[in-house]
Amino acid sequence: MAAPETSTAAVPTLYTYNTLRNAFGGVLSFFILLLIGVMAFSIRLFSVIKYESVIHEFDPYFNYRVTQFLAKNGIYEFWNWFDDRTWYPLGRVIGGTVYPGLTLTAGTIWWLLNSLNIPLSVETVCVFTAPIFSAFASWATYLLTKEVKGTGAGLTAAALLAMVPSYISRSVAGSYDNEAVAIFALIFTFYLYIKTLNTGSLFYATLNSIAYFYMVCSWGGYTFIINLIPMHVLLCIVTGRFSSRLYIAYAPLVVLGTLLAALVPVVGFNAVMTSEHFASFLVFIIIHVVAFVYYIKGILSPKMFKVAVTLVVSVGLAVCCAVIAVLIALVASSPTKGWSGRSLSLLDPTYASKYIPIIASVSEHQPPTWPSYFMDINVLAFLVPAGIIACFLPLSDASSFVVLYIATSVYFSGVMVRLMLVLAPAACITSGIALSQAFDVFTGSIKFQLTGASSNTEVDAAETSSSTAESQTDAVKTEKPEETAKNRPSRKSKKKEREHGEKPSTKAKAEKKRLLALPLESSVISLLLLVLLGAFYVVHCVWAAAEAYSAPSIVLTSRSHDGLHVFDDFREAYAWLRHNTDVDDKVASWWDYGYQTTAMANRTVIVDNNTWNNTHIATVGTAMSSPERAAWEIFHSLDVKYVLVVFGGLVGYPSDDINKFLWMVRIGGGVFPHIKEPDYLRDGQYRIDSQATPTMLNCLMYKLSYYRFVETDGKGFDRVRQTEIGKKYFKLTHFEEAFTTHHWMVRIYKLKPPKNRIRGKTKKSKSKTSSTTSSPKRSGTKKKNPWQ
Amino acid sequence: MEAPIRAREALGFILFSLLFSICRSSSLNHLLISNAERRIDLSSHIVKVYLTLKVENAGSTPTSEVFLSFPPTQVDHLATVEALVTKGKRKKTTLVRLDVKPTELPDAPNDAKYFAIYLENPLKSGESTTLEVLYLLTHSQEPFPAEIAQSESQLVYYRDSALILSPYHIKQQTTFIKTPSTKVESFTRVEPSNRAGTEIKYGPYEDHPPYSFSPILIHFENNSPFAVVEELVREVEISHWGNLQVTEQYTLVHAGARHKGVFSRVDFQSRPTLNGASSLRYLLARLPPRVHSVYYRDEIGNISSSHLRTDSRKSELEIEPRYPLFGGWKATFVIGYGLPLQDFLFETSDDRRYLNFTFGCPLLETVVDKLTIKVVLPEGSKDPSAVVPFPVEQHLETKYSYLDVVGRTVVVMEKKNLVPTHNSHFQVYYTFKPIFMLAEPLMLASVFFLFFVACVAYLHIDLSIRK
Repeated sequence: MAAPETSTAAVPTLYTYNTLRNAFGGVLSFFILLLIGVMAFSIRLFSVIKYESVIHEFDPYFNYRVTQFLAKNGIYEFWNWFDDRTWYPLGRVIGGTVYPGLTLTAGTIWWLLNSLNIPLSVETVCVFTAPIFSAFASWATYLLTKEVKGTGAGLTAAALLAMVPSYISRSVAGSYDNEAVAIFALIFTFYLYIKTLNTGSLFYATLNSIAYFYMVCSWGGYTFIINLIPMHVLLCIVTGRFSSRLYIAYAPLVVLGTLLAALVPVVGFNAVMTSEHFASFLVFIIIHVVAFVYYIKGILSPKMFKVAVTLVVSVGLAVCCAVIAVLIALVASSPTKGWSGRSLSLLDPTYASKYIPIIASVSEHQPPTWPSYFMDINVLAFLVPAGIIACFLPLSDASSFVVLYIATSVYFSGVMVRLMLVLAPAACITSGIALSQAFDVFTGSIKFQLTGASSNTEVDAAETSSSTAESQTDAVKTEKPEETAKNRPSRKSKKKEREHGEKPSTKAKAEKKRLLALPLESSVISLLLLVLLGAFYVVHCVWAAAEAYSAPSIVLTSRSHDGLHVFDDFREAYAWLRHNTDVDDKVASWWDYGYQTTAMANRTVIVDNNTWNNTHIATVGTAMSSPERAAWEIFHSLDVKYVLVVFGGLVGYPSDDINKFLWMVRIGGGVFPHIKEPDYLRDGQYRIDSQATPTMLNCLMYKLSYYRFVETDGKGFDRVRQTEIGKKYFKLTHFEEAFTTHHWMVRIYKLKPPKNRIRGKTKKSKSKTSSTTSSPKRSGTKKKNPWQ
Repeated sequence: MEAPIRAREALGFILFSLLFSICRSSSLNHLLISNAERRIDLSSHIVKVYLTLKVENAGSTPTSEVFLSFPPTQVDHLATVEALVTKGKRKKTTLVRLDVKPTELPDAPNDAKYFAIYLENPLKSGESTTLEVLYLLTHSQEPFPAEIAQSESQLVYYRDSALILSPYHIKQQTTFIKTPSTKVESFTRVEPSNRAGTEIKYGPYEDHPPYSFSPILIHFENNSPFAVVEELVREVEISHWGNLQVTEQYTLVHAGARHKGVFSRVDFQSRPTLNGASSLRYLLARLPPRVHSVYYRDEIGNISSSHLRTDSRKSELEIEPRYPLFGGWKATFVIGYGLPLQDFLFETSDDRRYLNFTFGCPLLETVVDKLTIKVVLPEGSKDPSAVVPFPVEQHLETKYSYLDVVGRTVVVMEKKNLVPTHNSHFQVYYTFKPIFMLAEPLMLASVFFLFFVACVAYLHIDLSIRK
């Protein structure tokens, strides 16, 4: 036993040395990944530490409420849930109109924990869902990048994604929104696609469709996947990269994925009916045609093949023309060309502002500004081009996918600031590749310079001592003298050097080491600069997480010379509504506060953030921009008991209802033409001071916001608009103040009950009501209302 | 006057050998109260009545029971009755607490209800003693008008009797009623009665027979906020790792005159004394010393308006509800805190453990309509028993908390109509073996161990079909 071992001793030691090294590398990268996950989780806890463990903003409150319902009533009740506490009197079918992925995920986590007797509340689970899933997302990024460019790039990309500000802004603890799990689902789907593409395994293809199904459950952004993957397949076919692996990666995804997607109630038949999905079917046909052509080519002789091609092409063209004509006719017959409004505004950035003011009024649907790129992806913006170049050296199926991904997401992020989120993973992946390749080159050349010094001392000596361009070209003496000449200016600019660094990394292995050998000093300095760049990124991310993106927006704080001031007015108002009004009272407010009112105050609202019925929102907008009497009529017809307005004039809270008021006018005027925007503007300027138009000063929003405001300081100085208000002393006849919060940020008014009809006055008041604006308006509502 | 009493007494003697029970009713009649003084304090919404009775045994048999009687309308609102007796002469007087229990008497007129005070030593014939009685009434001030606007002050009715309702003959009695302010709209005159400042004096009245009653109605201003906790659930969780976690869930309501019409913040902020004078702005909770990790929140998150002051003897938590409470307004909130276990958990000589904790509500000057205390004992504890100084409803529950397998025993105690004087200590005894403390860590360790074993096993087993 001992004899054969000793005879072959040299080989096993080398072998064990390598396995040991691999095992050590595996353990190391496992722990690095673990730490990356911990970091991704903990960097998102600033909001809990600085504020509290609470659900943030607007949409998360709806998701939280749905999750509570799910936890309380179970999955079957959830699918059948008709919510009568919102969109009064229409209601909303929640089970059929939400993307259930997030809710089901958090509900499952909660159920699992509780069945293990870990009594966490639904709220706690919801608050921490996003940080947990961002850890998952960074691991998925590692897997994806590993498939593209190896472990090193994977770890770098994962670390970058764990703290990219753009993603943090959507996934801090408490930001319980669809994007929190959807980004993980998106990256993981892409990973499985690439994995299938690399392995050609049906197992991964099936997993891929399941991951796609999870993505469809989670977010409307799944259309990005179902358009990007066909684009990539098409790209592969066009560039002659068709293979059976590509077929396995794509065909099962379309078939299984579409079937699974149709199971989600909110998608349903949209999965085959809307234009967002057409690209995938078209490519599905094309890939089959191509596969067929390759098959025929295999069994026929070249001559026969040529004949067959001419025959098929002539017949096929005719059929295709007919089919396409029918399709175009079908699509053109629908008013939006089969596209949803949000998708159309992606294709045509000016679409929303022209036709759909509701979509345009949401700040996250605006195009981003340049500083927001720097804020959200920081140094990645500079690393991305380097990464793209690295992806081309050599271009594989996987790396071409990454290039396509970054190119499309850059476009989308330019249209909507919200889609910055889709760009972030792509930017992290490409920058991860760039950084890792650069590190490879620099550390490789340092290693070469140090260890290889003994073997070719004279070369090194020449390099390190003189470090001139000529000596280096002499030493390298190969086909790229101009590139080595670039070495000199590379000291000045990091970026160029990196681009340059990646190029040699792809050269043939035998000559690689020698060719890559950069001078020792330049590599050390470049390494230091890269580390510095990374450090700058980390500092920026921590700052962004701690300062910029952690505020829950329902509680505001301000620091002044005498300590911290907390403005907790929103919850004060909601708690008041919850405890001191009747359970079935209806509360009208602008739609921004709908979700919060139903979730925190548990009261029925007229409109909420799910802006599915434009007419209904326009009705509330019209009421807010009408004079008191007409507004009372509208609200009374909607059975409203309380009207809630947000007013920042006392403490200087800028995103209040007066600042949003023009949108109310626009949206209201879009449906009820007697509301005209110019009536509220003086010479095209929106103002509330003494120069404001009488329509503005008499509308309900103005009155409810500034009622008795002048008594606070005697002048009525509005701190947001930095002006004195126009109309200071007025009385309310149809509304009465029910509650105003401590800093006046939320004011709640109660509708006065209709007056008893006094004999003799009956006829007069009747004729008056019919003659005022309210009556045609109500009939207008009726006519437009699809439910009546 | 004396003759009928004597006659009935004689009758009692005749029947004594036949009917023992008659003895009790007869004991009523040989006591008399030579002097009674009653002071009714109406300054907050909890009515405090201090009654000083000089009881004399005019009969021939010694007796150890003295009865107090209450009209049925008051009994429903009666939170607590305490009796003290003064002992010793002159300067060396000490007060001794006496047992007081509700009892029934057979011939009670008009459903009058009784409380019996049990004297330490039977009162012999001809002797007299002085009893100090304190009883507290809740929900006894009726707001009138029932609805007030923000700028109005709160006026209430208080109904009582000018004469003390007693099963005994009272020779001389006086009643003093203290109102919170000098603003008294009206009061029923029963001569001699007069008012001076914040005090209304009824009496002295001489020689009133048993069950004399003379209804009076006082209408006065009371701007103290009527803080009523409709329901309070206190959960005390014992962890033998050294912490006592207390969670208290409150449903608070302002039970005074209902708020009517508008609430104007500008008036409320600019003229705080005139506007919303009866509103409930803050509450003070007195917590045990060495309290830590205090939180104050409700179902939608933390409430930032609270201050905690701690010193070596007590901790004071000043809390403001999210909004000032006007009459009829409600608020719910949760207060939670941790306490060091060694301050509250002790061992008896027979190896049992007991928790010694306060019963009532830590908020000052509040009435609790219904209190539930849940003492969550650690998993594996046995034979729980609770000792409470007053009658409560008790039962046991099981609660599953972090990684529990068999569940924790919960001793649940319920009581209605509590006032701050109920903040006395209660004890919960149980047995517990310290080995149970290790159950959960061991369980976790073994789960992880099995997980790693499974991983190792998986890595070493080749499951593929093809070789």
